Amino acid sequence: MKLLDISNLSVKFSGKRTVHAINNVSLSMEQGETLALLGESGSGKSVTLKALLGLLPPKRTQIDGQVHVNGTDVLGLKGKALQKYRGGEVSMVFQEPALALDPVYTVGHQIAESVMRHKGIDKANAMATALDMLDRVRIPSANRRLHNYPHELSGGMRQRVMIALALACKPKLLLADEPTTALDATVQIQILLLLRELQKEFGMGVIFVTHDIGVAVEISERVAVMYAGQIAEEGTTREIIRDPRHPYTQGLLAANLHDVARGARLNAIPGAPPALESKPDSCAFAPRCPVAMPECRAALPPVFEPGPRRRVACLRANEPIAAE
Amino acid sequence: MSVTDYTPTIDTGGPAQPLLTVNHLRKYFPVRGGILGRTQAQVQAVDGVSFAVAKGETLGIVGESGCGKSTTAKLLIGLTEKDAGEIIFDGHALGERLSLKDLRRSVQMVFQDSYATLNPRMTILASVAFGARVQGLEDPEGLARKMMDRVGLDPNRFAHRYPHELSGGQRQRVNIARALAMSPRLVVLDEAVSALDKSVEAQVLNLLSDLRAEFGLTYIFISHDLNVVRYISDRILVMYLGEVVEIAPVDSIWQEQAHPYTRSLFSAMPSMDPDNRTQTPPLAGDPPNPIDPPKGCRFHTRCRFASDVCKAKTPSLAGLARNQAHQVACHLYDSTSGHPQAGQGIPA
Repeated sequence: MKLLDISNLSVKFSGKRTVHAINNVSLSMEQGETLALLGESGSGKSVTLKALLGLLPPKRTQIDGQVHVNGTDVLGLKGKALQKYRGGEVSMVFQEPALALDPVYTVGHQIAESVMRHKGIDKANAMATALDMLDRVRIPSANRRLHNYPHELSGGMRQRVMIALALACKPKLLLADEPTTALDATVQIQILLLLRELQKEFGMGVIFVTHDIGVAVEISERVAVMYAGQIAEEGTTREIIRDPRHPYTQGLLAANLHDVARGARLNAIPGAPPALESKPDSCAFAPRCPVAMPECRAALPPVFEPGPRRRVACLRANEPIAAE
Repeated sequence: MSVTDYTPTIDTGGPAQPLLTVNHLRKYFPVRGGILGRTQAQVQAVDGVSFAVAKGETLGIVGESGCGKSTTAKLLIGLTEKDAGEIIFDGHALGERLSLKDLRRSVQMVFQDSYATLNPRMTILASVAFGARVQGLEDPEGLARKMMDRVGLDPNRFAHRYPHELSGGQRQRVNIARALAMSPRLVVLDEAVSALDKSVEAQVLNLLSDLRAEFGLTYIFISHDLNVVRYISDRILVMYLGEVVEIAPVDSIWQEQAHPYTRSLFSAMPSMDPDNRTQTPPLAGDPPNPIDPPKGCRFHTRCRFASDVCKAKTPSLAGLARNQAHQVACHLYDSTSGHPQAGQGIPA
């Protein structure tokens, strides 16, 4: 059974302004896979995660399409079933652990609470699980840290606690929303390597949302590049890095400055992403694209599949080498 | 905007005199607590920082949060008052022959948060013209319009808009225009591109390079992104817990990082190579608290090569044997320090 199967997911926010945040996204994952959702602010990567956990405000959100996690129809979940699913089957690590953790309970208490809820065991056993989890996320002197409040921990330590909390109930799918963006460089790499180890140890699937292509390379086997609420390109990390086919992916890679000559003029993508007030009916990237043709502005781009589980939503993706 | 509209203050010392020299700059922030609000501890944000920036040069400052890079920037333009140390701009020491107002005519700053640094009730034109008006320059609004045009914001479209109507990239262009409207000679860019999306960041970096060439600007460019700093800078200064640990020309430091901390910082950069991913983190744990920094070399608590002398004695900056312009503060490079591997550098 597939771990994740999203088909034709669309999310529209209404209110003062209408925003078509996600437009016909289809995506699937096998058990134990790691996928990076790569994109800039407003590309719909975080909204995708929130839809997976049923965290979008129902009053102002219109969701179409299907989302299945391990065969469960996520969009149909309500009440008790939704509670059991969140934190049990699927859990999430947020960008700001300081905001996601409750400041008035010790970290041990917070982890234990989640275990008690989902596994129905008593507090003493739950605390033992919490201690074990703190050990597994390599928190030094875990016994003492168990009784600390979040403000007593450093940023990197808090993010480790957040990961321990998310993994305490052995979820099948872990969602990570820019979990290292707020951390320092030397701490970020520690957390990335920890997540990589834990993923192997627990055998879970991971969706890792990031705007940093370097982080995606460190953490994931596969990458899906999002733009304007759609998937522009998908493939293995190797394919995306070595052979990017979508002009947007190519632009993002160039903007990383990884091996740009000092002082050379940068090949910047002009303009800014669209506001998404209406659903895109042509290629959303065309206004910024260096190789756009009139056809790109006339209709949605076809999706090419150059290989198995590889796709590029670009009219010119099948051309040997895209012009600079 | 043409070069003739750009009216910086007169170059007094000639090209050999550094545009900015900073000597032993120090800033401690008191931590108050208790019923009486007494000072209980001090955050040693910047401690004994010295460096010089040549005319036309771009100096990059890197380091992790809490290392004092932003505090240094604020001290440079007098936004935070220094406890001790000297700031000399083109030969004139601040507080002696140079007033704060004169300094700010020549040194301008661009901050990270483009929204928080613009007054939400002022139009873009009013914001850009504000500094020039305060300094009593001629025709501040005309100057502002020209500068807006120069940074890629059509004054006819944007002059009467408010900050919330602009995107992040556009707002950062406004901030750059506002800084340049004063015709400064030195611009301090504190994480100025960090909050922007990658594709927009590249546009702004291109703009900054163009402006530097056109107006002969000198930059101090603060960032946590080493790739960006390498791209734009001539020299890089590395800070750790309020102190300078290494300062070197970009090519030299890129080739070989001398200080163990710099080396860790560089190895923490994502590999960008799916076949050769990072296997072990270069450092364990988070940086220590600057309230009570370690004695001796402040990095010794996390350094693989630390010995007793590192705990006792603070190393001072000195040029490397292979390149005197590449300076490092580490006992490993000082043959008289008493470190077991003194004078040998980082063991292979």
